[in-house]
Amino acid sequence: MKSKQSSRREFIQRSTKGAAAGGVAAATGNAAVGESAIKPLKTAHTHQSTSICPYCAVGCSVVVHSLGDRAQNVKPAIVHIEGDPESPINRGTLCPKGASLEEFVQSDRRLTTVQYRAPGSREWRRITWAEAVEKMARRIKDSRDRGFEATDAQGRTVNRLRNIAMIGGCTDTNEINYLLGKFRFGLGLVSYENQSRL
Amino acid sequence: MTNGWTDVSNADVVLVMGGNPAENHPVGFRFVMEAKRLRKAKIVCVDPRFTRTAAVSDLYVPIRSGTDIAFLGGLIHYALSENKYQRKYVEQHTNASFLIAEGFGFSEGHFSGWQDGKYDKTTWQYELDGQGYAKVDPTLEHPRCVFQLMKKHYSRYTPEVVANICGCTAEEFLKAAAMITLAAAENKSGTVLYALGWTHHSFAVQLIHAAAMVQLLMGNIGMPGGGVNAQRGHANIQGSTDMGAWNYLPGYLKIPRANQTALGDYLKANTPKPLRPNSLNYWGNTPKFMTSLLKAYYGPHATAANSYGYDWLPKVAEGADHSWGTFFDEMDAGKMEGLISFGMNPVANGPNTPKMIRGLSKLKWLIVAENFETETAAFWRAKELADKEYPHSLKAEDIQTEVFLLPAACFAEKDGSFVNSSRWLQWKQVAVDPPGEARRDQEIIADLFLAVRALYEKEGGKGAEPLLRMQWNYAKPHVPTLREVAREVNGVDLDSGKQLNGFGELQADGTTACGNWIYSGSWPEAGNQMARRGQVDPTGLGLYPEWAWSWPANRRILYNRASTDQQGKPWDATRAPLRWNGQRWAGDTPDYKADANPESLAAFVMLPEGVARLFAPDLVEGPFPEHYEPAESPVDNALHPNANANPLLRVYKSDLDSLGSAKDYPFVAITYRLTEHFHYWTKHTSSSAELQSNFFVEVPEELATEKGIASGTKVRVSSARGELEGPALVTKRLRTLLVSGRKVYQIGLPIHWGFVGKVHGPLINKLTPSAYDPNCGTPEYKGFLVNLEKIG
Repeated sequence: MKSKQSSRREFIQRSTKGAAAGGVAAATGNAAVGESAIKPLKTAHTHQSTSICPYCAVGCSVVVHSLGDRAQNVKPAIVHIEGDPESPINRGTLCPKGASLEEFVQSDRRLTTVQYRAPGSREWRRITWAEAVEKMARRIKDSRDRGFEATDAQGRTVNRLRNIAMIGGCTDTNEINYLLGKFRFGLGLVSYENQSRL
Repeated sequence: MTNGWTDVSNADVVLVMGGNPAENHPVGFRFVMEAKRLRKAKIVCVDPRFTRTAAVSDLYVPIRSGTDIAFLGGLIHYALSENKYQRKYVEQHTNASFLIAEGFGFSEGHFSGWQDGKYDKTTWQYELDGQGYAKVDPTLEHPRCVFQLMKKHYSRYTPEVVANICGCTAEEFLKAAAMITLAAAENKSGTVLYALGWTHHSFAVQLIHAAAMVQLLMGNIGMPGGGVNAQRGHANIQGSTDMGAWNYLPGYLKIPRANQTALGDYLKANTPKPLRPNSLNYWGNTPKFMTSLLKAYYGPHATAANSYGYDWLPKVAEGADHSWGTFFDEMDAGKMEGLISFGMNPVANGPNTPKMIRGLSKLKWLIVAENFETETAAFWRAKELADKEYPHSLKAEDIQTEVFLLPAACFAEKDGSFVNSSRWLQWKQVAVDPPGEARRDQEIIADLFLAVRALYEKEGGKGAEPLLRMQWNYAKPHVPTLREVAREVNGVDLDSGKQLNGFGELQADGTTACGNWIYSGSWPEAGNQMARRGQVDPTGLGLYPEWAWSWPANRRILYNRASTDQQGKPWDATRAPLRWNGQRWAGDTPDYKADANPESLAAFVMLPEGVARLFAPDLVEGPFPEHYEPAESPVDNALHPNANANPLLRVYKSDLDSLGSAKDYPFVAITYRLTEHFHYWTKHTSSSAELQSNFFVEVPEELATEKGIASGTKVRVSSARGELEGPALVTKRLRTLLVSGRKVYQIGLPIHWGFVGKVHGPLINKLTPSAYDPNCGTPEYKGFLVNLEKIG
């Protein structure tokens, strides 16, 4: 664990010097470099989870530090993400994109509500998940009822659907891709593409 | 990747071509630098642009975008004519000795069998003996053996021809060829690292095939420090392919065709027969993989009596494609009603943005699950947000598409596995809950799936059965855990209820279920192998067999049996991933039967030939890669002006699908990524947005002088699809090339911007054509034609 500690310190030392590290600087009280070495680290009491960088496919491991006292009704928040020194791939390092992953998770542009845009509308409208799911299921069912081909022109069983397409998956996990596949084949979709093929 | 990132440091030669790892895979690039430092490896970088990878290479050769097959064809010619290939490897481990049917040939840009715009592939087939095995000539002398045909085919690719097409000099090519073929020595290995610079062409599959041929001639496949290695550009690009997209089911099983009306027809069409007596022909197990998948999908409803529910799978029409270009064309023609997008942004990353936007505006409904509001979710706002850039977009009032934008969890808020370029499945943990009302994708999918299903249960409807029979037996159906799903993917013995140890245990009689055969072994009874964190490296080759889990079977180097000769002796004893101890193979998980005597079976167990394919009759536009020009090209094809572009180039015919010519659009354009940005995501994060806030147009110095453009001058770039504006960045990185006697300039266009995010800028795909590779349907994002004007 020693190596993890020292790399964390180096990161903070580097970051407090940098202009783009506002979040880190604030969390350490903008401490002078010498001082931060003796003050307890902001990650001293964090919960650590291991994860994988969602950007390119080098597959760098990261350690995600979250804070929260585990009390009921307290949501832990991420305070820091750093390279995992145990990974034989990145050995604790990250590139400039990976080093700013915390900003990605915490971006003020993250979507936090369900948005709906009615036909011809000029704006989004907030709706509930329940309303969205009900509406979406109805749209899918209606389109599928119109487009489903049980047999083709030659009378062969084809059980396929051509008027709905599905795309995505490249930064979703294998397991989610597997579930999307079950959804796809349950519906009978033939048009199903992925970022991996573009 | 056949090999992996940590293996690259075993290389003696590193060819980086069609990729720029120093900038786009910086952490992976450390292994290239380690090879250079520790093994004195030679790095050769071949690229249209002098990148930071080029800057640390031993040799940089500039080429015109889209001429890579000419360069690689030149390497094949050089290796064969200068006797710089690994003869024994080629004899033992490739189909060089196989005889091809009478009448095979190539003339005027077409292989034999070209008629009425189509290929009849009869003459591309192996000549078989009475038992159905391919005839071979081990001396490689027969005029119809693959080796001789290959030699003849590439005899046209002389250094002068290569230089004339690619725009480098013959001397530069020869220097590169000499360096790359150092790996022909038995005890040397070379790696090839590529990325989208190779796949973004209308002949991409043939390009990778050409690279594989070079690597086979060098004896580099199966070797540590060898292989053909795709540096993939998104965290789980590999895994999402493994799980089935386009015409595939999970595990690269093909989707059934309409004429395969019964499971037996499907299995007959997709289960190859061995083409040599010593071929293990592992795809011969297709019935086990397929039946187990059907059992995973349809559970107890899948019985022998109903062919395990085979009828419920969709059947694609014979010859139909349904790839990206096709269904966006159908959408644009008003034939699609809905699109469901989980984390993909077609307005930004599909080719020909205007066509993407128009297609979406013809949908009845669009569902987008995302971390951010993307250009796709906001496509109906294009006019409002960027009127100048999308003058032909409809006003929001005139777009009837209903849009649902669902807040989804990001990577740190979900567990599950990503597969990196090395094929390593690495498990993530959940760090925190998603913000606000955002939900995890598995819950969104489950809710949608179950809600649609409930409607069919209540109301009935067309095709209810395939939907109702799909198994969804998670403890909490609306909240499936990814651990449950991962166990289902691994597979289970249905009699004992125990998790399978690997795909060797799969059965074709319905007694095993497995969601993806190539991942079988990732979660056996012993638990989640993908979460392993062991750091031991017993071979010293950087295989790390206890870190995470690699498909297939935790094998770290594919085709590793070919790292030894026919008798099982390693080509390089200092770098042997496998050793035969007289009873078993030790080292990496063998890509071979673990206890099979080295002389009993051929080395390439996945192929019916038992050996690797130099000659690949399954590809659509030829069994050998041939240089064709991109769909838009500044010059005629120097090898055969009457067959300029790929004869089977896939294009579409809407009014937005125009292609331009050099008369109007004289410059070659390439697109690329910057280190500070990830695709179209990081414009939503502060530091990336600050570090690279602005789009720019990279202009070569000589062209800039000609046009009076300085860095910062505002320029307009236009193609037959559209135009955009931005400041010029004048550099020496794009050298003026001399192609067929004339000067060719290339323009560089970084991607990453759009009309939503913390920073805005033009979408480059406004310019890219709807031109696609006929084998795989990947668009030609690189090497298209543009014009450049000074406007500031």
